[in-house]
Amino acid sequence: MVSSKFAIAGQSDTRSGFGDGLLEVAKQNEHVVALCADLTGSLKMDKFQKHFPDRFYNTGIAEANMMGIAAGLTIGGQIPYTGTFANFSTGRVYDQIRQSIAYSDKNVKICASHAGVTLGEDGATHQILEDVGMMRMLPNMTVIVPCDYMQTKLATMAIADYEGPVYLRFGRPKVPIFTAADQDFQIGKAQILHEGSDVTIIACGHLVWRAILAADELEAKGISVEIINMHTIKPLDTAAILHSVSKTACVVTAEEHQRNGGLGEAVAQVLALHQPVPMEMVAVDDSFGESGQPEELMTKYHINTTDIVAAVERVLARKK
Amino acid sequence: MPNTQQLQDIASQVRRDIVRMVHACQSGHPGGSLGCADFMTVLFFEIMQHRPDFSMDGIGEDLFFLSNGHISPVYYSILARSGYFPTAELSTFRRLNSRLQGHPATHEHLPGIRIASGSLGQGLSVAIGAALSKKQNGDDRWVFSLHGDGELQEGQIWEAAMFAAHHKVDNLIATVDWNGQQIDGPTNKIMSLGNLPAKWEAFGWEVLQTDGHDIAALRNTLQTAKNSSKQGKPIMILMKTAMGKGVSFMEGSHEWHGIAPNDAQLATALAELRETLGDY
Repeated sequence: MVSSKFAIAGQSDTRSGFGDGLLEVAKQNEHVVALCADLTGSLKMDKFQKHFPDRFYNTGIAEANMMGIAAGLTIGGQIPYTGTFANFSTGRVYDQIRQSIAYSDKNVKICASHAGVTLGEDGATHQILEDVGMMRMLPNMTVIVPCDYMQTKLATMAIADYEGPVYLRFGRPKVPIFTAADQDFQIGKAQILHEGSDVTIIACGHLVWRAILAADELEAKGISVEIINMHTIKPLDTAAILHSVSKTACVVTAEEHQRNGGLGEAVAQVLALHQPVPMEMVAVDDSFGESGQPEELMTKYHINTTDIVAAVERVLARKK
Repeated sequence: MPNTQQLQDIASQVRRDIVRMVHACQSGHPGGSLGCADFMTVLFFEIMQHRPDFSMDGIGEDLFFLSNGHISPVYYSILARSGYFPTAELSTFRRLNSRLQGHPATHEHLPGIRIASGSLGQGLSVAIGAALSKKQNGDDRWVFSLHGDGELQEGQIWEAAMFAAHHKVDNLIATVDWNGQQIDGPTNKIMSLGNLPAKWEAFGWEVLQTDGHDIAALRNTLQTAKNSSKQGKPIMILMKTAMGKGVSFMEGSHEWHGIAPNDAQLATALAELRETLGDY
């Protein structure tokens, strides 16, 4: 079993990794300040607020203003972290981010929770599936989608030491904590979670654990799977992709995002330009989400474990 | 401290720079630029304590943010005349490979610019952020911002207005170029601004009003603003101005919001504006 090589340290939501990471990095770095648009509890920013009330700004329900204030706070050396849902962190404030943060190259950390269909019952108005695409299109922007609580915590801390605008995307459901506290997390450096020779699965966010579960099923069928956790979507670790493909000669990507604009497209660009090989994408196919439970939604929108297994079988058939 | 005559001389040269820059590239926004020349001169040459050797963080000095970025000609002229970069560079305005972009930007690292602006309504939020950053740093200098009156139609302005009052951002002095004009016509016809002083007061701001072309009045109002600051309320100065001020055929009309004079019009304009510091 591929999954058995990972020590599971319980379950938690990635947003809690953000909240804990924010508190810890703020203790280490006095320039870290935080802003929230009336979702302090949902973003798990209450610990920060309690410890550092003078470094916390609630903007009320005014996300555009929050982005502008964050940009201004960088002038003078603060490191602002903004917190709201992914929908309100991107689409609602795209022009503010574009002009005042990305084009102006401001050291703002845009931290976005409740991304994707696993937000669940709130439905499509809140389940943004286009955010990675929007953010990776912006020059100067770094895009990070960590896979579990621990990695989100480490990413939250790492971006304080990384000069420049960052989009950090995480979510609401509780998922297994399978990465280690002492893992080597580096922005822009993919993690090879499992080595294999028949197919490369490149996943991010909640789909990384699903890729591991899919590998269990595939290895039982005698298929050797390489799993890459592509936590940084921009800048993309091109070398890691090409190195893996040189062994496996086919790729499946998996993400909780539209096929248009997401991780899959980013990987496809690399392959098309450097090493064209058969590729399949597990992603939402040009559709909005809907209300439901996370597990039900992942199944209905074809981004669950069985979809990864099926995609691997398709890509292997094309490789032959 | 420069006297009133000296400030008027600087403003006259700034106006010459504006019409020459816009004429040279046959694009840009002369109307609002001319209308803000007096205010910008008083602000940069008397009121603000600032360092033309420029650091992005601006610690220990006063900061200025231009929210209505399309009046970049006046901003660039003021910065050059203050010593941030050579006045000769004004001739590159809106040209390929220039640091003087159509709208102000940090991307080309032009000294004096701390944020890109142009897409309207964002600068008040940025100025608030910079003012909060000064408070975090224990820096007792001020943050100034300038906004167009048409720009007040953007919703983000009022989000920012609410925030600044609630969070007592009292080291911020915002100003509005209240010329009553926008691209499509008079603001009263396009989208009425209503009772602006009452609106800002209702949002919890200390509101001052001044003639935006009377050097002595501008000086007194800005000094009053500083004296009224740091008492728990953000300050708003509403400046009554005329778009195109100083060039008779441009004055008071939205027609010159965003078009450039031709050769004959340039000559007419320059004949009305004394060359005091030497053209670039």
